[in-house]
Amino acid sequence: MDAPVPQSKIQQPKLGLVGYGRFFWRQLTSMRTALFLLLLLAVAAIPGSLVPQVSSDPNGVIAYRRNAPDTAAVLDFFQVFNTYTSVWFSAIYLLLFISLIGCVIPRTKHHFDALRARPPKTPARLSRLEGFTTRTTHADAETAIDTARRLLRSQRFRTELYGSSVSAERGYLRETGNLVFHTALIGVLVAVGLGGGFGYVGQRVVVEGYAFSNSLASYDSFNPGRFFADDALEPFTIALDSFVPVYEQENRQAIGQPVDYTANVTTTMRGASSETAKIKVNAPLSLGGTNVYLLGNGYAPVLTVRDADEKVIWSQPTACLPFDANLGSTCVIKIPDGLEQQIGLLGFLYPTTGTLSTGALVSVYPDLISPTLTLEVYEGDLGLDNGQGTNAYALNTDSLEQIAGRTSDADTIKLTPGDRTELPNGLGSVELASIPRFASLDVHHDPSQLPVLIFAILVVVGLITSLFVPRRRMWVSAKTDTSGTTTIEYAALARGDDPNLEAAVADFAEKHSQQLTVRVDS
Amino acid sequence: MTETFVSYSLIAVYSAMAIYTLAFVLFAVDLARRSAESSDAAAAEETGLSSSSASATTMMAAAAANSSAAGAGTLTKNGAPSAGSEAARSTPPKYLRLAMAMTVIAWVLHVSAVIFRGVAAGRVPWANMFEFTLTATALIVGVFLVVQFWQDLRFLGSFITGFALIALGVGTSSFYVDVVPLPPALQSAWLVIHVFVASLSTGFFALAAGLSIVQLLQARREAGKAVKLRFLDTLPPADRLETLAYRLTVVGFVMWTFTLIAGAVWAERAWGRYWGWDTKEVWTFIIWTIYAGYIHARATRGWRGSRSAWLAIIGFAAIVFNFTVVNLFFKGLHAYSGL
Repeated sequence: MDAPVPQSKIQQPKLGLVGYGRFFWRQLTSMRTALFLLLLLAVAAIPGSLVPQVSSDPNGVIAYRRNAPDTAAVLDFFQVFNTYTSVWFSAIYLLLFISLIGCVIPRTKHHFDALRARPPKTPARLSRLEGFTTRTTHADAETAIDTARRLLRSQRFRTELYGSSVSAERGYLRETGNLVFHTALIGVLVAVGLGGGFGYVGQRVVVEGYAFSNSLASYDSFNPGRFFADDALEPFTIALDSFVPVYEQENRQAIGQPVDYTANVTTTMRGASSETAKIKVNAPLSLGGTNVYLLGNGYAPVLTVRDADEKVIWSQPTACLPFDANLGSTCVIKIPDGLEQQIGLLGFLYPTTGTLSTGALVSVYPDLISPTLTLEVYEGDLGLDNGQGTNAYALNTDSLEQIAGRTSDADTIKLTPGDRTELPNGLGSVELASIPRFASLDVHHDPSQLPVLIFAILVVVGLITSLFVPRRRMWVSAKTDTSGTTTIEYAALARGDDPNLEAAVADFAEKHSQQLTVRVDS
Repeated sequence: MTETFVSYSLIAVYSAMAIYTLAFVLFAVDLARRSAESSDAAAAEETGLSSSSASATTMMAAAAANSSAAGAGTLTKNGAPSAGSEAARSTPPKYLRLAMAMTVIAWVLHVSAVIFRGVAAGRVPWANMFEFTLTATALIVGVFLVVQFWQDLRFLGSFITGFALIALGVGTSSFYVDVVPLPPALQSAWLVIHVFVASLSTGFFALAAGLSIVQLLQARREAGKAVKLRFLDTLPPADRLETLAYRLTVVGFVMWTFTLIAGAVWAERAWGRYWGWDTKEVWTFIIWTIYAGYIHARATRGWRGSRSAWLAIIGFAAIVFNFTVVNLFFKGLHAYSGL
């Protein structure tokens, strides 16, 4: 970095490759660099909270890209939509952890040596140290030191005699805790990095009365870890027997607010008999090493579509995406085959139907009390045949023509359960057969969980030990003068923050002289 | 029944705010008095009447005596505290005493507001932003009061009561929501533990931030720069303030670490993953990192003193930011403000 220094100035030693390596290693493992990286990490984490992240808010990212494509391009270049897996964020925390390892290893060695070393020699002038205090006694110096040593040992000091003085040290646990804390942090990172790689997350929407098996094909979305293999999928099936929400009915400020969700399921492990279970929001279901979480719910109306010859060409539930707290939902139904034209239905479901002053429908309560399903009908090309993936929850109307709805001759279709209506243009008919509920389940297998938890507990234990166990040295020195009076000196040295050091010395001196008095008296 | 307790709670919190205001004014008057006395003392020394009751020495001796309370009588280092300072300690100035009394009364009302709210809701009173504000400020003032048994930090009274007043003012006017049942995601024992410990740690960080602000001012004054706040003469020196701030921060930091881990355990239960870089998780992590930096800064050459004090202040600013801006304007899973 620095410009080459002219020969006339200070002659610097030439650094070879190893020399430079050493130099950078020293720099990297220095406290200054570690602190800088730590603070840089804090700053680097900020953008990810300002911009939606692919991992936590994929829809937000899509919306951002749509609304501000230019900014999005810049953000994409800097991987801001994936801040926490970006090259720059990873670089900071990896450097930080390398720096940490470079600090922990020599310190561990040093601590290991210190654990076996004798407490250091008593300093010549104790009066310069902290908490210095003196006492006099009629006991001889040897007795005084012997008593002091025993008292120090009872206070868990390690002691060593040097002439007519005793040197003591305690609180090795402080450094042990410090090393445990830092090592456990490395442990968390490694466990997340490795363990997380073997896991997977799958999302699946299950309608009441339906089941799904834990296999790749049955998931709506699936995120495997880096080292995921298909055999990580435990062989089980889950059937949703019923989904029971409870909504507030008494508190007038919160009518309709959800109070409880219960998914009653039947699970079957391969080769075992079926069992019933409940999944709740804070109570996931554990199946072997896999957890099943209840993350969402809504309605999945069953539409039956018949062609002009009364033949049923479609009869299945479609999960509708809720857009408000009263579960007003959007439903998209795509019928590619069976009718003369491909048909797309864009529906709005109102579980408890109310009417605004404008005449528009609205849901006023999330439970299924007086449901209405409105349908706009489109015909044309659904865009399903070109092999590209499409969003099942959105209807691209670019190459479709509305044949029933606000902008066409025929009115929007309105259905209540059991209703059946003709489709325009003699295409056939549509019937709202029933409105079951669906539960959105997350199936999560994460082998890192337990190791991360254990390391996290070690982090806390190590932290508490390293911050609150006082590490201190204490010295007691005794000298008997010609008149037979022994003067005892006490002093200590803090190693690390030690708020009670002076009090501890004073307390020790007090106890010690009491014991001496007792011994001399008896 | 619920409405009755809700109104008791509001009456209690408004009364508490009124008395906090009195306490705030009295704490401010006390600071003014300190300024006046310290300039009197300076004047007295200038005219040759060497004053033995200069409040600066009084306060410092008091602080020293306090720090070694257990062995104060037997210690010979620095000599025993003078009789004058002992007298000063046993009879603190009347404004300060009155301010503390007002703070205690206001706090008792404040805590009863918290309890009434809890009884009204039939659950812990920290499930939406209004309730967080109510409870967290009670904990901040509570920590301030309890810490006095350990150290005389009454000079932070105007900072703490002022902060509590502003927070309660905003909380009751802008964040207020009626009592509503807990959504399923919040129905967990972790609500009790995670949020409580987080709020409690805020109390320690708030005090540490106050100390760090005074530390910065004191460091400027000690460096010979002109600082017009003469009451600083009566407060502990910068390095002492730094030590106190550090000790409070480490307690807060341990709690914050626990909050982070408890939050992760709860997130795993409720959301299916223990860490997902949700906006609130990010900011909790940022705050943790800042305070980790603060603790390390004290062991780093060139970072002791004012630089680390800035970290403590930035850390607390980040906490306030996390609680207000992140809660209200950032999109995320922690959407429990109720607003």
